This record gives sequence, C-alpha cells and structure tokens, in this order.
Amino acid sequence: MMASDEPMAEISCTVNGQPVRAHVPLRQSLVDFVRHGLGLTGSHVGCEHGVCGACHAVVDGRVVRGCLMLAVQVDGRTVTTIETDQPTAQMRALQDTFFERAALQCGFCTPGMILQASELLTRTAAPTRAEIRDALSGNYCRCTGYHAIVDAVETAAARLRDKAAA
Amino acid sequence: MKPPRFDYLRPQTLAEAVELLDRHGGDAAILAGGQSLMPMLNLRVAQPAVLIDINAVPELDRIGRSGDRLSIGGRARHNDVFRSAEVAQAAPLLTVALEHVAHEAIRNRGTLGGSLALADPAAELPACMVCLDAEIVTASVKGERRIPAGAFFQGLYTTTLEPNEILARVDVPAAGTDWRFGFDEVARRRGDFAMAGVAVAVREESKAVAECRISLLGVEMSPRRMEAVEMCLLDAPLGTAANIVAAQSALRDTLEPIEGSEIPPEYRIQIAHELLARVIRAMAAPVSGKRTH
Ligand SMILES: Cc1cc2nc3c(=O)[nH]c(=O)nc-3n(C[C@H](O)[C@H](O)[C@H](O)COP(=O)(O)OP(=O)(O)OC[C@H]3O[C@@H](n4cnc5c(N)ncnc54)[C@H](O)[C@@H]3O)c2cc1C
Ligand code: FES
Ligand code: FES
Repeated sequence: MMASDEPMAEISCTVNGQPVRAHVPLRQSLVDFVRHGLGLTGSHVGCEHGVCGACHAVVDGRVVRGCLMLAVQVDGRTVTTIETDQPTAQMRALQDTFFERAALQCGFCTPGMILQASELLTRTAAPTRAEIRDALSGNYCRCTGYHAIVDAVETAAARLRDKAAA
Repeated sequence: MKPPRFDYLRPQTLAEAVELLDRHGGDAAILAGGQSLMPMLNLRVAQPAVLIDINAVPELDRIGRSGDRLSIGGRARHNDVFRSAEVAQAAPLLTVALEHVAHEAIRNRGTLGGSLALADPAAELPACMVCLDAEIVTASVKGERRIPAGAFFQGLYTTTLEPNEILARVDVPAAGTDWRFGFDEVARRRGDFAMAGVAVAVREESKAVAECRISLLGVEMSPRRMEAVEMCLLDAPLGTAANIVAAQSALRDTLEPIEGSEIPPEYRIQIAHELLARVIRAMAAPVSGKRTH
C-alpha cells in the first residue's frame, strides 16, 4: 500500500485489447501496475534493475522491461502481456513448442521468454541457433540450462514457416 | 527495490523540455530510455526531485542524412539506429558496435543520447563517436551548442553537458567508400558491458593507410583518441605484421587503465592488446558471412 500523500497520476491506455483508466503512483513501474493494479500476474518481478527479463511486456509493439518503464509512461499507449486473449501466431506456436519440449520447469522466466522469442520470429522467419541465443541473451532462466528453450524456438520457427508455405 | 518519490513532467515540445530543464536544473534528471536511470532509481543511487520525460518530444528520434552528414537524434533508440539502413551505409561502425549493446528489450528503449550523457566507461557508443569524429549537439534555452566527441567525455560518468542542456542530436561525418571500420570487444556474457573493446577507422589511399582513428572502451575512464597507436599504422598497407606489433606496443605504453574495479587493470590491457591485433587483421582480410557462435 502507498501512503495517502503518494504523488499520483491519472492514465488511460489499452491493455490486452481493453481500455483501461487508472490512478497510479508516479513512481510505480509498469510491471507493478499490471500485476497489482490489473491483476495480470504473468509478467514477473525478478531483479528490478533490467538484467533478468522476467518482467517483459509489449508496449506499442515492442518488448520492454516492465521494471524499467513507469506506469505513467504507458498513458495513451497499447500494452500487451502474456495473458492476452489475442496472441500472435508466433506466441501461440511458441506456447505449444515450449510445452512439448519441456522448455520450462518453474516457469518464472517463461512469459518473458515467449514475448521476446515472439518478437524475434516476427522479424526473422528462420533464425539460426546463434540468433536465437542472442535474442534471448537478456532473459535469464535459472532452471532449464537454455538448450530446450533454443530447441523450442527453433521448432516454433520451423512450424510457422511450414504453415506459411502451406 | 522501488524508486524514491519524484515529480514527473512530460513536455510535448523541445522548447518546453529545455525550459523545464532550465527551471529545475540540478534537481532534475532527463528520462529518456530509462534503461540506466530506472535501475539507478530502483537501487537508489540517484534521487532526482524531478523527472523530465522526453519521450513525447517529437523529432528527437529522427535519423537522417544530408549530404556528407548523418544526424541521429538524441532519443533515437538503440534498435532503430542498429537496424537503420542509412546508418549502416554512412556509419557502419555503429551498426557493428550496437550488436554488442545490451539485449533486445533494452535496445528497444535505450537511446543514443542516454548512452552518451551517461558516459559509462564500458559503453560502446561513446567510444564509437570519438572514433567517428562525431559532433554532439546540445539544446538549452540559450540555443544550440556543438561539442566534438573528443572533448565531450571528461572522465568516469562525466561529460561537458551542462545541467540545463539536452543532448539533442549527434552529427556524424558520413563515411566515403575509402573508409573502413573495425570493432570488437570482450564481455563476460553476451550483452554485458565490455571488459575491453576497440574501435578502429581507417581511410586508405593507393592501398596505404592515409588517416586512422582508434578509440577504446572499458579500459580507461573515458574514451579518447589513441594517437600514438594510430601513428604506427599510417603510410603502410593495413595489417602488416610489423605495424600490428608496433601498434600493440604503443597501446601498452599509452593506456591508463581503470584501477580498483573487480577486473585487474593488467587484464584489461591484455584484452585490449589482443583485440587491437584481431580487429586490424579482420579489417585487412574481411570475411563475409554471419557470426556463427
Ligand atoms: C542489463 C543491462 C545491460 C546493459 N548493457 C549495456 C551495454 O552492454 N552497453 C551499453 O552501452 N549500455 C548498456 N546498457 C545501458 C543502456 O544502453 C542504456 O540504454 C543507456 O546507457 C542509457 O540510455 P537511456 O536512453 O536508457 O538513458 P536513461 O536511462 O533514460 O538516462 C541515462 C542518463 O542520461 C541522462 N540523459 C538521457 N538522455 C539525455 C539527453 N537526451 N540529454 C541529456 N541527458 C540525457 C539521464 O538524465 C540519465 O542521467 C545496459 C543496460 C542494462 C539494464
Ligand atoms: S525484473 Fe525487470 S529485468 Fe529483471
Ligand atoms: S523455468 Fe525456472 S527460471 Fe526458467
């Protein structure tokens, strides 16, 4: 809870397709806003200084660190989180392959991984394993050892290419 | 780990931004990408009373070329500079170096102006701007000021930027086809700040080096031209074994490495020494193709 004299601001934005108006503390991060303000707990709070990638959200089509952006900064913008009911084809394919390949154990890193990998696959249809590792270099996983994650992204890319060719 | 309280202002024009900055000066911090400032706030190593968010100011992110000058706006995001065809053509050193800057999500927000204003000794872009002989253009209520990159960086996290100035854009001389660039660095993990890195620019005339500019990152407190090293490469074809050895030896004599960090100064020098040769050899015998590791 914030003290009653906490400086606040009024914001309006679109979150996962829904219009949202909210009263937010000026110093609240985007990830704290979606978690505590909106109950969207898929974006996780890890390090709170930009190194782990657990807090990812998509703002105006770009993946951002939710811990390094303020809630007031999404005023007038479009935010997408892992909870969206309109996931992109990339997100859907990745969710399938992460599950099949067991590319998660505790799942703490997974939403951030999926959003970042989805951005990669939107830009690059056939990434090399090196490119996949590069794109995910800012997403820490403390469980899997990354191999299965790279496999899952590779497989998702291949499936999306097959679908596009069909 | 939450930031301390601050007031938050979001100017809609550059005029309004410099006006606010002039009023709040030392109590204010400009919020650009927030990829360094927000961690500093969360860790409470910075406690500005006011944040002036420049993300709504139009035009500040423009990238454009006019004649032999490439201008990059202070709020141009790392990834926009990285993926700009104009930058790749006129200042390919930046394209190569930006691949080493942080990670995708951080490059989606982090800005050129933020990186230069912060002046982290291990950051890629300050060293590149020195190597490119770029000019930093600031804006304040008094108007514009132009500062050569070589005079902008003053030491650890220190620049000649005044508290009432915004870094508005950077003017980079567009490279002709007679220029070649090289860049490499060693970091502990992909996207980490470098332990040492080297940026090299050479212009050749009749197969000999006619002009040369070299700067380092991660080794000294701030980037500067390595003139003694540059001299060793002049008036000969690039990459002769003798010149590389001479340049490496001049580098050792010139460097004043950062002391007292967890990375021993001698280790930074050793990496720089090796990277210098690697970069020059790669420039002399370029191999095309994607990175494979
Ligand atoms: C995990 C992680 C890894 C990183 N790795 C690297 C790396 O390998 N290499 C690297 O170079 N950087 C790295 N960074 C830093 C990143 O590049 C930052 O984006 C950059 O240093 C600062 O840019 P910014 O736009 O985010 O600035 P901000 O964080 O918004 O601001 C930084 C400072 O500059 C001032 N400032 C910002 N813009 C202006 C302006 N236009 N005029 C005047 N003052 C201004 C601010 O007031 C503040 O003091 C990393 C960051 C993180 C979190
Ligand atoms: S919580 Fe944002 S990067 Fe770790
Ligand atoms: S699955 Fe546990 S952190 Fe990645």
